[in-house]
Amino acid sequence: MGEMVNIKIDGKSFTVPEGQNLVAAAKNNGIFIPSLCYFEHIDPPLGTCRTCTCKTDGKFQPACTMEVYDGLTVEVNTPELLDMRKSLVEMMFSEGNHFCPSCEKSGNCDLQHMAYELGIRVTRFEHLFKDRLIDYRPERIIMEHNRCIKCKRCVEDVLTDDGKKVFTYQGRGNETFVGIDYQEEKKLTEEQAIAAMELCPTGAIIVRGVSMAQPFGEREFDIHSEQKNFSRRFPKSNKPAGMEKKVLATASLAGCFGCHMSMLDIDTELLDLVELITFNKSPLTDIKKFTGRCHIGLIEGGCCNAENIETLKEFRNMCDILVSVGECAVWGGLPAMRNTIPLSECLEEAYLNCATSEQGANLVPYHEDLPKLLDKIYPCHEIVKIDHFIPGCPPSASHIWKSVKHLLWGEEYSILYSEFKYD
Amino acid sequence: MKELFHLEPARSSLLNRLWELQHQHGFISDHDITQIAAELQISSVEVEGVVSFYHFFHRQPSGKYTIYLDDSIIAGYKGYHRILEAFERETGTTLGSVDRTGTFGLFRTPCIGLSDQSPAALINFRPFTQLNVIKVKDIIQQLRSGADIDQLYQLPPSNVCNTPYSAMNIFFRSYTPGSAVRELAKCQPDDVIRFLRETNLSGRGGAFYPTWKKWEACRSYQADHKFIVCNADEGEPGTFKDRVLLQDLPGLLIEGMIISAFAVGAQYGIIYLRGEYGWLQDQIQKTIDDFNELGLLGSNISGIKGFNFQVRIQLGAGAYVCGEETAMLESMEGHRDEPRTKWFYPVEKGYLQYPTIVNNVETLCAAARIVELGVAEYNKAGLPGSPGTKLISVSGDCNKPGVYELPWGITVAELLELCNAVDPNFIQVSGPSGECISISEKFRRISMLDLLGKPDLRCGGSFMIFNKDREIIDILLNFASFFKQESCGICTPCRSGNFIIERKLEKLKNKLARQVDIDDIVNWGHIIRSTSRCGLGKTSCNSLVMAMQKFGGYFDTLIDKKENGQIAGFNMDEALADYEQYKS
Repeated sequence: MGEMVNIKIDGKSFTVPEGQNLVAAAKNNGIFIPSLCYFEHIDPPLGTCRTCTCKTDGKFQPACTMEVYDGLTVEVNTPELLDMRKSLVEMMFSEGNHFCPSCEKSGNCDLQHMAYELGIRVTRFEHLFKDRLIDYRPERIIMEHNRCIKCKRCVEDVLTDDGKKVFTYQGRGNETFVGIDYQEEKKLTEEQAIAAMELCPTGAIIVRGVSMAQPFGEREFDIHSEQKNFSRRFPKSNKPAGMEKKVLATASLAGCFGCHMSMLDIDTELLDLVELITFNKSPLTDIKKFTGRCHIGLIEGGCCNAENIETLKEFRNMCDILVSVGECAVWGGLPAMRNTIPLSECLEEAYLNCATSEQGANLVPYHEDLPKLLDKIYPCHEIVKIDHFIPGCPPSASHIWKSVKHLLWGEEYSILYSEFKYD
Repeated sequence: MKELFHLEPARSSLLNRLWELQHQHGFISDHDITQIAAELQISSVEVEGVVSFYHFFHRQPSGKYTIYLDDSIIAGYKGYHRILEAFERETGTTLGSVDRTGTFGLFRTPCIGLSDQSPAALINFRPFTQLNVIKVKDIIQQLRSGADIDQLYQLPPSNVCNTPYSAMNIFFRSYTPGSAVRELAKCQPDDVIRFLRETNLSGRGGAFYPTWKKWEACRSYQADHKFIVCNADEGEPGTFKDRVLLQDLPGLLIEGMIISAFAVGAQYGIIYLRGEYGWLQDQIQKTIDDFNELGLLGSNISGIKGFNFQVRIQLGAGAYVCGEETAMLESMEGHRDEPRTKWFYPVEKGYLQYPTIVNNVETLCAAARIVELGVAEYNKAGLPGSPGTKLISVSGDCNKPGVYELPWGITVAELLELCNAVDPNFIQVSGPSGECISISEKFRRISMLDLLGKPDLRCGGSFMIFNKDREIIDILLNFASFFKQESCGICTPCRSGNFIIERKLEKLKNKLARQVDIDDIVNWGHIIRSTSRCGLGKTSCNSLVMAMQKFGGYFDTLIDKKENGQIAGFNMDEALADYEQYKS
């Protein structure tokens, strides 16, 4: 790489070393091209995740498999490409089973980080909830197949001292997974195993005993964005500046009330809130029935039973704007952990076969007074139309309050990197 | 089994080794895997990764008789379910498993290249066609009573359909071994490439890349060795024209390879034969042996000093993606067949990093005929700019399914007339990865040209006809689940995108979808096409998106319009069914 060449990215000219990888060339010039499978020292680059797809000389092409040459024209941040890259990361979320709030890697996870950077609130794709294995058989590591995005980094780069592969893809199509050679895995040193864990862009490879060394909240991606201007700005929208108080309703479906706790966490702004808003149906005020139309409804939790569905539909009928608040409402969240397992197995484990069930128990509760359980947890937007999504477990109080103010009065707001979280 | 060429490393023999074990024991054991891994000095999991990629390799015993039932959409409409039921009843096993005595294993497999004789199955990799319940009963009973399977099956007929155009045939005219190769003594490699340019020959696998460009590029690279690979992995559902060429004219194919070797300066040729066509292997091998004896293969071929070329067969093991040229090369090298990133084209760095030509069976056969007949004679058929003939495999709702050799330029209507189609409505051209057309487009031409700014139909070979009683959504769902299973799994949009699309189509089939779901499918199809790594992913949503646009009226009847748009598609009864079983 001696020669310098001229390339154009989004209309601006740059001079870069010939043959340099496009992702690196862009990064050196302050242009962020999201990437997941790309790892500087794996050569040739893998080109598996496709997150860095750009348009080079008019053709769709992942930037990581592109070496720059003189006269190269690249489009990076067109609306179409931004949306395409976002959708690829969303695909990974809906294909795997990614429970950020309960993941050891949260805050150190490249996938989560990329979703933050792209501002993903909800996936446009239905989550597939395919049953996947958590493999405890390896000696030093645990393989969490739910979290694997098949980036191939570990396949290419985790080798034993005698150069044999520890990981290789198995199967094909949607059944593809990363297989482990248990014999070779034993030969990894502790350092090699930790290196494998760090190489993994998600929490799929976990080394026993060391994954929780660093506290949550202080991890790499908890704090800083890679982009200079991260904040998701929502411009002022034109809403009539009526003086009358806005009416708000809330509900907690299959949730833990954590999001409701967070709603109350806005400290002194509660005083403003009381001035500006009156409550209708809400557990916060203990009003059980709707008494009129509401401007906005905040929904916590997804739908796990028939009653949740009814409540949600009622909210849709009574509220002008409906908001999914928190991971459970947005895509099912922690309760959705049961989605990969048939309902009957869940119930029989809980009521018939578990260690604390009574001798000879043979009854799964079923009564007309009990809400009937659905086959799986449904996110709210698969039942009714949802107008806005606030991710987080729980979402930060300021995120909720800023969103509500924006939705009700059209106030301009921006979300800081530290306020946009899935855990 | 044929030996590898001396320059091929041991790992290239992996596929052959696995086939040997599969045939011997009916499965590949842990012990075998450890042993192979030790021999090749790789980890066991790497061997296992290769084994698990192919659906003809089993890790559990697959029965003394392994039955693979063709589950393509054509078979679906010709009685797949009836046949499946008959097999299950007669063998005492269920789909995807082996009976208690270990005698019969019953599995399904995508199109086995016999759509003209559907429903069909492979039993121990021998073809059994035009099955019906009585036949199934008979076959199983005979096998049970110890009959020799080789006595039970017959080679399927070629089903080459004669047409008024047959006088202009290029492929299916009389053939004398060596007639094309002998012409080589009179010309130079550059002449051969010029012939191809003057006849506009382009890749008949479906990509239609100009063959002369490929050969010229490969010729321009200096290397100690070069390879000619014949892509006989005809996996596109509904295609079977290559099967017929391999069955009737294997010599012509080998001559095409010899000509290609002459043009680019290659010494080695490999025919990558799809596992489903394993029953053709002996016959092709015999032709190779004959050619060796005739001096058409080996050293100083046809008296040309220094022109040495050998050919061997590599048997695939059931993976559609192998039809992608770089995936095929990976497979031959003993790796999982994941398509390569396009740093280099095979013509520069292909098999074992040597310059390699990968061409489809039909392309190579056409090249042989061009050299044999001469440019002027070849160009008599077809259209100016798109000369010659095309082989089209016709299947589905018509009275005369089979292989048609037709001059380029024929219209869809004419073809439908020839094959005696019954009430055609939805026609899938070039297989699931191609394009679908409605009967209202029946006057479109099949050629490589454009007409009034609109490209003609570039038929890769498959022509599946569906009549107006066929549910389009079922056809599309069959395609979607095919791509979901056949994706190599390496890139996100193809692996998870096709999975997501299949779910969405199920929603549509269950009449829970709204207009917004239709729009989603079109948008997501665009994303999958633009971001996938290889041709499989790039084309997987083609016909889906086209169908949404061309059959809008049909899809209107499937979507739920009565709700006010605030409620998403959700079926409460279905969602509660699991729990209702606890009602006492």
